[in-house]
Amino acid sequence: MQTTTTPSQSRLQSLVKGDSLQRFLALGALVILLLFFSVISPAFRTTQNYIDVLVATAVNGALAIGVTFVIITGGIDLSIGTGMTFCSVVMGMIVVQGGMPLWIGILGALAAGALMGAVNGILVAKLKLPPFIATLGMMNVARGLAQILSDVKPIYFDAHPEFYDTFMGKPIFGIPNVVFIMFGAGILASIVLTRTILGRYTFALGSNEEATRLSGVNVDAWKIVVYATTGLFAGLGGILIAARMTSAQPSVGVGYELDAIAAAVIGGTSLSGGEGSIVGTIIGAFIISTLTIGLSIIGVPDQWKLVITGLVIIGAVWLDILRRRSRG
Amino acid sequence: MRSTRFYGRMAGSMALALVVGACSSSATAAPSSGAGAAPSAASGALPYIAIVSKGSQQQFWQAVQKGAADEATAKGATITFEGPASESEVDKQLTMLQTALDKHPAALCFAALDSKAATPYMQKAKDAGIPVIGFDSGVDSPIPVTTVATDNIAAAGTAADQMATAIGGSGEVAIVVHDQTSQTGITRRDGFVNEIKAKYPNIQVVDIQYGAGDPVKSADLAKAIMTAHPNLKGFFGANEGSIKGVLNALKETSKEGKIVAIGYDSGQQQIDAINAGVEYGAITQNPVGIGAKCVDAALTAIAGTAQPKNIDTGFFWYDKTNINDPKIQAVLYK
Repeated sequence: MQTTTTPSQSRLQSLVKGDSLQRFLALGALVILLLFFSVISPAFRTTQNYIDVLVATAVNGALAIGVTFVIITGGIDLSIGTGMTFCSVVMGMIVVQGGMPLWIGILGALAAGALMGAVNGILVAKLKLPPFIATLGMMNVARGLAQILSDVKPIYFDAHPEFYDTFMGKPIFGIPNVVFIMFGAGILASIVLTRTILGRYTFALGSNEEATRLSGVNVDAWKIVVYATTGLFAGLGGILIAARMTSAQPSVGVGYELDAIAAAVIGGTSLSGGEGSIVGTIIGAFIISTLTIGLSIIGVPDQWKLVITGLVIIGAVWLDILRRRSRG
Repeated sequence: MRSTRFYGRMAGSMALALVVGACSSSATAAPSSGAGAAPSAASGALPYIAIVSKGSQQQFWQAVQKGAADEATAKGATITFEGPASESEVDKQLTMLQTALDKHPAALCFAALDSKAATPYMQKAKDAGIPVIGFDSGVDSPIPVTTVATDNIAAAGTAADQMATAIGGSGEVAIVVHDQTSQTGITRRDGFVNEIKAKYPNIQVVDIQYGAGDPVKSADLAKAIMTAHPNLKGFFGANEGSIKGVLNALKETSKEGKIVAIGYDSGQQQIDAINAGVEYGAITQNPVGIGAKCVDAALTAIAGTAQPKNIDTGFFWYDKTNINDPKIQAVLYK
């Protein structure tokens, strides 16, 4: 491949071949999109609209941050969409039907998500089911449980105005709290991914699971922890979406996992595992909402919005494949 | 290096996937009679009516199901009622339709998500001698014996008239619809738009967005509409999920009460919004009536008696002034 190179040449090569390139590309794409829509649409460049884009990204962002962990290990989690709904129903039952304080409901939703994630992890690590199949099955289980628990009816939080006020209140710059919560979750996740043992093992599992196992790490246990982490963020997504609707709606959520996975992939998380970043994922999530909202505002018909968003996702995955191939 | 354990795992995975795939359609509800493959009512066995709906989880469809189930109990029939999780899942509905036909029901009640896609199945039903009753959106085909539905064009037209009154006869309005492939999506959108065009030249429908009935997606679309059209005076939400999205969007942008919101169907959130003055009013269909009349029409078809091609189940405009009328309360669902 390369014979002799100067130090600056090899540094450039490593930059081009690193996954920082994908993140750089993703950020560049986001900036271009924002500039494009802002320039051609005076309505887009209003403060309220930028805030709307932030809010529209909150739920998908939470799910995408969570699924990044699992994808880095080389797995996938299709249950985060309906899992999110299941967790929102759990919260509804605790707060509205159980009459318990809001914070217990929040903990309950997060715990339900982590529990569901742990079950996914056990199916993958212990029963050796392929992640696609295991989480596909759990996707249906979660959906069914959400309907059973809620008796297929929405659970309204109207009697608990503190729920909406806490999450959708706008104490800072008119930006609802859900946005800050998503960013906060992102910062936390990024720290975990880059500075803790969980993060190191997440990458290790994705790069070379066998070598990790041989070096004495309890691969099964750590896999379960990773899936539980993804589930925890699905629980957070459930809280945020319930806040936006002031209710837990059991029929919502199917398909949300695809937007979350798309966000992670666009942001540089490789579906083959071993690579990814929270920053990239959040950028990917913003690209999706910016596209959707921008295209709506400039009046692109619904059908074309779908085509364009789909092409963006395909483009991102294609770039990922090119990049890995060029590294040999 | 492929071992038998590997193949065992593969087989186990595929078996699990098959089971999961088979179970992945939405819940079937009311018990079926367990009758054998023989079509129509044998003496002593209750006739079995298969109902394939556009949904089963949304409150509206549950009300339809209740009407159908109660009528079946009263008149002596057994039913199954199923529908996909969302109104964009055309393929899932077709699978349910095939399954229903395979059970050789005495009659089939059907509300198509996509009429054209359902055409071959209508032919199959006809060939098997199973009478088809359309309901709600019905199905755009000559095969159904009758269609039990709301006149959505007239209903959406009434919504347009009310919108005109509410905004003072002029201004910009927008519509959030659930989809553009089903009859209800098309007729409600067109009913509203055409009434505005015909009678209110000073009102413009500036935007129409499709949110699949998802309250969060519809909320984001409504906010985009408000951003693009800052002088917007009114929103029409063409089904419950859509108007929920509009209401959520108004709440998030603190525009409740500043933009007129008119909706469709009912549900707790809309009822509360109308009582609070945030929503101007809505069109309610008669979902329980649709379910009941569907079963009646099926039994009439099974008996071979003639019946009209269209059975109108009626609609009402309701708002703060009449929401507590017993007539209105009877058709609202929570």
